[in-house]
Amino acid sequence: MPSSASSDPREVILQAHHLTREFDGVRALDDFCFELRRGEVLGLLGANGAGKTTAMNCLLGLTLPTSGSVSAFGLDLQRHRIEILKRANFCSAYTALPGNLLVRQNLTVFARIYGVPDANARIAELMELLEIPHLAGRVTGQLSAGESTRVNLVKALLNRPELLMLDEPTASLDPDIADKVRKVVRRVQRENQLGILYTSHNMRDIEEVCDRVIFLHRGRVVCEGTPTDLLARSSSQSLEDVFIKIARDGEILQEPPTPPSA
Amino acid sequence: MNFRVIFALVLRYLYLYTRTPMRMVELVFWPVVDLVVWGNVTVFIQKNSNPDFGHFILFMLGGMILWDIMFRAQQGVAISFLEDVWTRNLLNVFVAPVRTSEYVGATFIVGLLRIAVTAVVLGLISWVGYAFNIFSLGGWLLPFFLNLLAFGWALGLLSTGLILRYGQAAESLAWAIPFFFQPVVAVFYRVEDMPAWSQPIAWCLPPTYIFEGMRQVMQSGQMRWDYLAWAAGLNVLCLAGAGALFGWILQQTRRRGLLTKFATQ
Repeated sequence: MPSSASSDPREVILQAHHLTREFDGVRALDDFCFELRRGEVLGLLGANGAGKTTAMNCLLGLTLPTSGSVSAFGLDLQRHRIEILKRANFCSAYTALPGNLLVRQNLTVFARIYGVPDANARIAELMELLEIPHLAGRVTGQLSAGESTRVNLVKALLNRPELLMLDEPTASLDPDIADKVRKVVRRVQRENQLGILYTSHNMRDIEEVCDRVIFLHRGRVVCEGTPTDLLARSSSQSLEDVFIKIARDGEILQEPPTPPSA
Repeated sequence: MNFRVIFALVLRYLYLYTRTPMRMVELVFWPVVDLVVWGNVTVFIQKNSNPDFGHFILFMLGGMILWDIMFRAQQGVAISFLEDVWTRNLLNVFVAPVRTSEYVGATFIVGLLRIAVTAVVLGLISWVGYAFNIFSLGGWLLPFFLNLLAFGWALGLLSTGLILRYGQAAESLAWAIPFFFQPVVAVFYRVEDMPAWSQPIAWCLPPTYIFEGMRQVMQSGQMRWDYLAWAAGLNVLCLAGAGALFGWILQQTRRRGLLTKFATQ
């Protein structure tokens, strides 16, 4: 098993191998392959129904693929799920921490599940980072969307994950809070060489946070590259235009021609 | 299996119960209502029937309290799972390093804690109100308790598996499943008083041996050891079967991609 202390910036920490997932004969994900390296933020984009959520669920082991496999840290997900999940974490706009507990209680429970040493100090440190120490004694179910997202992020960072999966973390946030969340994600990612898989419909998120982007259309990868590359290849003014072109026409952006070798 | 993880999951339920006193009321309210209604009915019948019918009140209250132990064990498992569904927390748990055995183990412990609270309250009320001391069962109480606990856990796994398989529409099974079994496990009457066709079914279910045994102990202070052996053996089979079924349904739910839909609906 690779050491969790490994910090080779080129190390592949998450890999999908020809992942296909069918639901009643419909391919939600079709021969999906990708690699995420340590310290990289990879955006997974696509219109509703493009296959992002299915991909994320397969990568988390919540849904089994029809064919293909997932590995993380060099380990097969199906056989080493627990070892992998100890080194990873997840945050989604569509899940919640139990609303009837206090924020502090929820975070304590997850800190214990992950075996976080000195849990109280770690919780306080992260709440400070996300500017929400005042929420510790609040009832989780009474938080606003922005507060709830930041509490979920604290939960997602508790175990100092090497791999973080963020599913639309800024959905339903106002621009100010969304900006704060993006900045924190980027800061934590840089300081800890985190590998992040990031899905969002907010192109501002993608431009600011992601190093590389994969576009999915009807379950297939239709293009891949840095946000700047994609803009250049599509002759679009913004990533939002690229998104619309792909979502409407499934347009495939050609790879730039390989420069002749010297 | 990691006990730190189990403790963390149990802690979540402890926080829940201490934060919301209404849940403690629910834990105590229905069993007390049952006990008082059954107790009063039994006293009424006993006063108006043959005095030789002396053990009637003991049988009824004993059966009621032991049944409630089994029911609370089942509820501990099924309701703990539903709590995670209702609070949309299930996904957080399934993407955390929590083994299925650890999750199930935590719900078993929650079941045990629920029983402890209910049993103390019922024991006290039946003693004060009806002069029925559950501890009159003596040393037999422990094997009775353990066997009913085990069958309650098995029913809890069965209910949870069915809810996972059929979705939230099947939530009511969390309360209904034990009552499918109640008529055929001889809680309040002897197996020999049941219709002949249902007697073989009764002897296939572990609680039957416990409720029959309870009546024997109350009447004569003795119980047949083979009854205990049958109950324990059948419980091992029931728990293993329910565990295997739950594991299989969970795997099928993942295979069919329903886990996330179920957890976020």
